Amino acid sequence: MNVLVCVKRVPLTGGKIVLTDDERAISTRHLGFTVSPHEECGAEEAVRLIEQHGGSSTVLTLGPPEAEEQLRDMMALGIDRAVHLVTDPSEEWDPQATANAIVEAIRSQPDPPDLILFGNESADAGNYQVAIRVAHKLGLPVVTGVKAIAVEDGLRVRLEQEVPGGRDVYDVPMPAVVTVKEGLNLPRYPSVPGRLRAKRKPVEGATPTRPQPRLEMVRLVLPPGSGKQTEVLGNGADAAPAVVTVLRELGLV
Amino acid sequence: MILVFAERSDDELYRQSLAFARGLGDGDVQAVGIDDPAGYSPDAWATALAGLTGERAPQVVVGPGTERGNEVLAHIAAMLDLPMAANCTSATPGDPFTLTRVRWGGSLLEEARLHGSPALLTVAPHAVAADPADADAEIELVPAAPDASVRVSERVETVTAGVSLADADVVVSGGRGVGSAEGFGVIEEIAALLGAAVGCSRAVTSAGWRPHTDQVGQTGTKISPSLYIACGISGATQHMAGCKGAKKLMAINPDNEASIFASADYAVIGDLHEVVPAISAEIRKTRGAG
Repeated sequence: MNVLVCVKRVPLTGGKIVLTDDERAISTRHLGFTVSPHEECGAEEAVRLIEQHGGSSTVLTLGPPEAEEQLRDMMALGIDRAVHLVTDPSEEWDPQATANAIVEAIRSQPDPPDLILFGNESADAGNYQVAIRVAHKLGLPVVTGVKAIAVEDGLRVRLEQEVPGGRDVYDVPMPAVVTVKEGLNLPRYPSVPGRLRAKRKPVEGATPTRPQPRLEMVRLVLPPGSGKQTEVLGNGADAAPAVVTVLRELGLV
Repeated sequence: MILVFAERSDDELYRQSLAFARGLGDGDVQAVGIDDPAGYSPDAWATALAGLTGERAPQVVVGPGTERGNEVLAHIAAMLDLPMAANCTSATPGDPFTLTRVRWGGSLLEEARLHGSPALLTVAPHAVAADPADADAEIELVPAAPDASVRVSERVETVTAGVSLADADVVVSGGRGVGSAEGFGVIEEIAALLGAAVGCSRAVTSAGWRPHTDQVGQTGTKISPSLYIACGISGATQHMAGCKGAKKLMAINPDNEASIFASADYAVIGDLHEVVPAISAEIRKTRGAG
């Protein structure tokens, strides 16, 4: 079977977000980059499915030239090949344009994927819609927020989604689009040989043109601070009586 | 006219979306729910709502920012080839629609313009207060479309032992500072004394020390306890997105520059392996004396 997983390059934000001067991006001068956590689990699942059922796995991203780093990271986990839709770093792509470019790229693949995996939502923009748009354009079923995937007889796939109090089960024919959530699996650490192999794996490139955005980002804004006054209860074990006084005031002791 | 998708997996969030829709200034707000005896089908529900949107020509279609609210609105957007803005905190009608929406699980906001009509929006949880008068607001029920490409075929109930993280009144979490899976013994001990649920940060689940079901964060469980005790957690945005609903936050960390202290009501500077057992001992002593 063929599995394709879509990922997005995002900054590794620490404790405090700082914006660029034009307020259109996070200042990344002191930050590293990664893929959204849900997507890392998607890539791990793609590798496991191919280990189990045979076939080929592909990672796809739409992003700036630097996003090749994330494609190599995913190939270091065991993904076989990559597709890079290279964008201008100064241009923000909206979900509709992103979905259309991904559909074009999927249609031009020599072997159509049986499963197309996405993260449930990206860590940064959180638009919750690219995968669903791709599914509609390709005429495929789509299930979101999945935390368990079992391919049955190569034709159907059983998917489990966490809901309050339990799990909802979907059984759909392949090809299908699936969005996954962290917790689906525990991604492996890439091995040194895995990293070396990833450097030699093929990356197919294309440079799509961005249409006018219909969800147009104007600027980013930091939310107002908590405005909280922090009461320091003490240092080390000596703080215990002051902590218990607070717990007593809160009715817990 | 404004159509509101009455997605009621969380009634409070549904009523918040109704209040948000009323705040857009159009007097005519209609809540529409789906009558589907066969259970949930995102595409069959969206087909029904997209059909209704064609018939009634609303200016705006609003849904709650729940899993299903975002999912069904995204299907409608795909069917009608319209833009959609998820998790809005405010919006002003016009051409284009201007709005503010949530990014990074609430650690950042985005001001945006939406070019398309009707405007499709979901409402970020707790961005606006629900109106108590909406408790018995009328909901028109329409049937789901007959054909569904996906549908829930089975519900597996899970039995959680003890207090569930999402509903707990007190949560005690450990982060990278706990150091190992075994290190959680001190966290479990104080949690048991306080009747609290145990949580953790993403660093902990990525290391395999605790299951993902224990993770508090943007990609884990979002909690809203009366008291949250964060031990050895630096306060990355990923984590804060999951615990910003806590009414009181107590942070225990050896680094007095840790960003979590900026959001804390109470701070203890120190190594959790010294501080937490001392607090547990003090709780026992106080109770023993009482």
